[in-house]
Amino acid sequence: MRKLTTATAVALGILALGAGAASAEKLTIGLASEPTSLDPHFHNLGPNNAMSVHMFDRLIAQDERQRLSPGLAVSWEPIDDLTWEFKLREGVKFHDGSDFTADDVICTMARAPEVPNSPSGYGTYLKGKEVIKVDDYTVHFRTAEPYPLMGNDISTIPVISELGCNSTTEDFNAGTAAIGTGPFKFQSYTPGESIVLVRNDDYWGEAPIWSEVEFRPITSGPSRVASLLAGDVDMISGVPTTDIETLSGNDDIQLSQGVSNRVIYLHLDQFRENSPYVRANGGGEIVNPLLDVRVRKAISMAINRDAIVERVMEGVARPAGQLLPDGFFGVSDNLEVVAYDPQGARALLTEAGYPDGFELTIHGPNDRYINDAKIAEAIAQMLTRVGIKTAVETMPRSVYFGRASTGSPEGLPEFSFILVGWGAGSGEASSPLKSLIATYDKDAGFGSSNRGRHSDPETDALIQQALRTVNDAERESLLAQATERAIENVAIIPTHFQVNTWAARKGLSYIARTDEYTLAMGVVKE
Amino acid sequence: MSDMTANNPATPARVETPFQRFRAEFFESKIATLALAIFVIIVLLAVFAPWITPQNPYDLAQVTVMDGRLPPGSESIDGYTMWLGSDGSGRDLYSAILYGLRISLTVGLASGVIALLIGMVIGLVAAYAGGRIEAIIMRIVDLQLSFPASLVALMMVAALGKGVDKIILALVIAQWAYYARTVRATALVERSKEYVEAAQCLGISRARIVFRHILPNCMAPLIVVGTVQTASAISLEATLSFLGVGLPQTEPSIGVLIANGFEYMLSGRYWISVFPGLALLLTVVSINLVGDHMRDVLNPRLKK
Amino acid sequence: MTVFVIRRMLQALLVVFLMSVIVFFGVNIVGDPVYMLVSPDADQADIEAAIRRLGLDRPILEQYWLFLKGAAQGDLGDSFIFGEPALKLILHHMPATMELAFSALILAIVIGIPLGLYAGLYPDSRISKGIMAVSIFGFSLPTFWVGLMLIMLFAVELRWVPATGRGDLGSFLGIQSSLFTLDGLSHIFLPALNLALLKISLAIRLTRAGVREAMGQDYVKYARAKGLATRRIILVHVMKNIMIPVVTVMGLEFGSLIGFSVVTETIFAWPGMGKLLIDAILQLDRPVVVAYLMIIVLFFVLINLVVDILYSILDPRVRLQDQGA
Repeated sequence: MRKLTTATAVALGILALGAGAASAEKLTIGLASEPTSLDPHFHNLGPNNAMSVHMFDRLIAQDERQRLSPGLAVSWEPIDDLTWEFKLREGVKFHDGSDFTADDVICTMARAPEVPNSPSGYGTYLKGKEVIKVDDYTVHFRTAEPYPLMGNDISTIPVISELGCNSTTEDFNAGTAAIGTGPFKFQSYTPGESIVLVRNDDYWGEAPIWSEVEFRPITSGPSRVASLLAGDVDMISGVPTTDIETLSGNDDIQLSQGVSNRVIYLHLDQFRENSPYVRANGGGEIVNPLLDVRVRKAISMAINRDAIVERVMEGVARPAGQLLPDGFFGVSDNLEVVAYDPQGARALLTEAGYPDGFELTIHGPNDRYINDAKIAEAIAQMLTRVGIKTAVETMPRSVYFGRASTGSPEGLPEFSFILVGWGAGSGEASSPLKSLIATYDKDAGFGSSNRGRHSDPETDALIQQALRTVNDAERESLLAQATERAIENVAIIPTHFQVNTWAARKGLSYIARTDEYTLAMGVVKE
Repeated sequence: MSDMTANNPATPARVETPFQRFRAEFFESKIATLALAIFVIIVLLAVFAPWITPQNPYDLAQVTVMDGRLPPGSESIDGYTMWLGSDGSGRDLYSAILYGLRISLTVGLASGVIALLIGMVIGLVAAYAGGRIEAIIMRIVDLQLSFPASLVALMMVAALGKGVDKIILALVIAQWAYYARTVRATALVERSKEYVEAAQCLGISRARIVFRHILPNCMAPLIVVGTVQTASAISLEATLSFLGVGLPQTEPSIGVLIANGFEYMLSGRYWISVFPGLALLLTVVSINLVGDHMRDVLNPRLKK
Repeated sequence: MTVFVIRRMLQALLVVFLMSVIVFFGVNIVGDPVYMLVSPDADQADIEAAIRRLGLDRPILEQYWLFLKGAAQGDLGDSFIFGEPALKLILHHMPATMELAFSALILAIVIGIPLGLYAGLYPDSRISKGIMAVSIFGFSLPTFWVGLMLIMLFAVELRWVPATGRGDLGSFLGIQSSLFTLDGLSHIFLPALNLALLKISLAIRLTRAGVREAMGQDYVKYARAKGLATRRIILVHVMKNIMIPVVTVMGLEFGSLIGFSVVTETIFAWPGMGKLLIDAILQLDRPVVVAYLMIIVLFFVLINLVVDILYSILDPRVRLQDQGA
């Protein structure tokens, strides 16, 4: 039965190629992680955002490299220091046939931060912004201070209809309120089992080639690969690195890869004289050597990033020398990946007064990033070989992030040396700079994930200035300078950028995205 | 084997002790003897692991990712041969399996022994006290037994967190009731026997009757239950590790090795999952075979 | 009878209450769910707001009191992750698990009993020894390992059945189940077989032991002496005597099938409540973990009660009473 449908699909595919027209074709995608809801404002989480892109357009779209492009807004620009004007696209209809106007934008921006029971909402992106309807197709966003990241922030908010604004999360999950302007329409949703969408034939933009898309969550990696090999699904996301070598040798399978916006890095305790997981040789107390920039540099030099990429990640990653890969906004052209130099590392340690090293524990999650526990182990091996005897403790992310953020008795970060990752949702360097590098400041919302508590006034000043500079070229240069300074001070130690892999049956390929989203619109026939 | 025992001049020719009879009958089965031998070898390998392996897989100074995923027979950077290949982190699988067996056997045996002791005491208390206390205890035992051990262990690990001690505790909680039920059932049978009545008539204290007379008679069925439960504890630990709630990955038990190897099953690097899998299989099968045969030997109803 | 049922229900309530205390406080000391939920972009104020919204800023005793108050009204709390009532989520996932466990049970009986019968009748034959050897392996191999092997063999190599997921639902006598469609059956075959493996081994062993014991019993000897055909002795007399205990034990194993479905559902992406539970544990969705346990406890206590009552109806010698009461 199933084989028959696959055969039909293939036959239809050939027909469609011949006719060159959109036809009735179904696509089935095996997802590594499942959205928690179809309510686009319920949970600010990668899989949810990826799913909502199908049904709900944003005012500003992000392309596969997270560059901004017109979505439901045809233009957005500052008309004075504190006001951004958005011109809306005319003639767009929601899936239920109603017209898209400024009223929908106003109510969307009101609902997005205020969804009941939401574990993590979109208030972060709308804070301090006032939305004003000017006419049916013009809205203004006002801020108290000049704000250059308006476009990035607004590009994260899915636009819903006025009907949806008065609906609950349950209504969205049931489909009755799941009405957007996007390229796909809601068909059915069975949590844990499948989400089925159908093509929106009245889509304002480029119509998708798939008439129907089914998403099936298959969280176990090997099972997901087996489902693809068995022909259950046409494409899978999150191909485990262990299987890439065999899959690339399989003629029936097409792999698509792309670097992501996620950097894997190390935070080092830079705020405690006595750090709980740093010890003198033999276990005695010691003044925290990580406070010394030479020690931090030595650690960075002792890490063989190529070995991590080649051996642990099986070649599927890119060594990192800064916060975002090349090509992103605010990346510095002057920074190189720190070269592996164990002798140099030993020399620096000796210079800093630790010729025999010291004892350290690296903490990391074991179910969050690609091969995270193995990376932590590899880093510990490398540090141990230059004299810093490093123990490894990995734990599930459910325990890890809480302890890493506020686990000490005083509510401070518990660990001394940790492995973490950061995905720049906004697609520019201000995101990691603001959250990871800037001095921890609760009231200003800076350094919220700065778990090493690195603090450098000059870097802070550069970041703050960048966040007030609306001129793109100037801002880009400020961000690059801030990044350079942070890396020079070894605020954090970046190790590599994650590379994501999708696998599809022969004849299909996926346009890899830096934001790690899996979108049916990106699945193309070859 | 049995002939040898019977003809042994050191053994008085008169009545055999129950243990001698048991031993003779046990070694009649070639399979059970073989299983016992394999199990003893596995335990010895685990105990002496540090002296017979080329690498301490838990010492990060000896492990390097540069050795990662090497096929069986490759040479490591430090010059020794990895006869079973290496895993993704560069651990020599032969060393890792032996060290892993230490942890798995420790978990299995520790949880088995502790659960046995607790279950035994509770079962004996029930049989000794009788009346209301017995009713309440057995009600709790029944209730606990109506829940699948796997779920109880899973919930306990969810509530306790990770770690060897916590896994052992979870397994003890999941298993004690099996022992309690066995002890109490045997004790009930013994309690109604004439020798107990006779002892009671002689005015011997109840505690003495329970511990001197009833307890020794419970040992045989307890040991049988113990073997089966130990084997299942080792498997259960592997399953919990697969589900991501088992032991830490950096000091892998045999279960964690298999769970890690699960990722490699489709990758063509068969050795990372197959060898630890075989080790677990051998361990559990040998324990089960021994337990199985002991049950047959100890079950009077199957006597010819 | 009524007194008995009431007493047992009260006991059940006590057990459920005690379990809720253990699990509620247990899951509340492990990890911090807030960091599982908030977006990395969230700043400190957002994180504090999330803590307040989930009620995690309150003292644990107060949280428990609120939970009890809700539970008394049938509200076991809302899932942190899905925002929906935990009870609703679990009930929604329950049918998939039930049909999987049920299919596995049927498979175990249908495959296990005939094999066990053969092994019991001819204990010394080569085939019997083979059966017993295989059953030992069934006991000893990790379920997840076998599961992936089954997928590789039947779905990837042979392409007989799909690898993962649940098939189309059909409706029969008002029950919705994937067992009523061909597509559904083809999907459930592998996971059910995987889940059944342990129980097939158990059925083989139970039947074999039962047959071996029965063959030595007096009634079989008399039947032979009377000149009854061996086939008739086995099929009518022996089977009748061993079927009841074997099927009873297998029925009681239903619970353990539900327990082990956690593994099978993970491998086969089966949308049941076992998968829901393990996800909830890994993501610290505390209300779902607690609610799952409460429901399962209640479920098993009820099954026990029903079994006890059925026994007393079937066998008049068994009197319903609590010892010591």
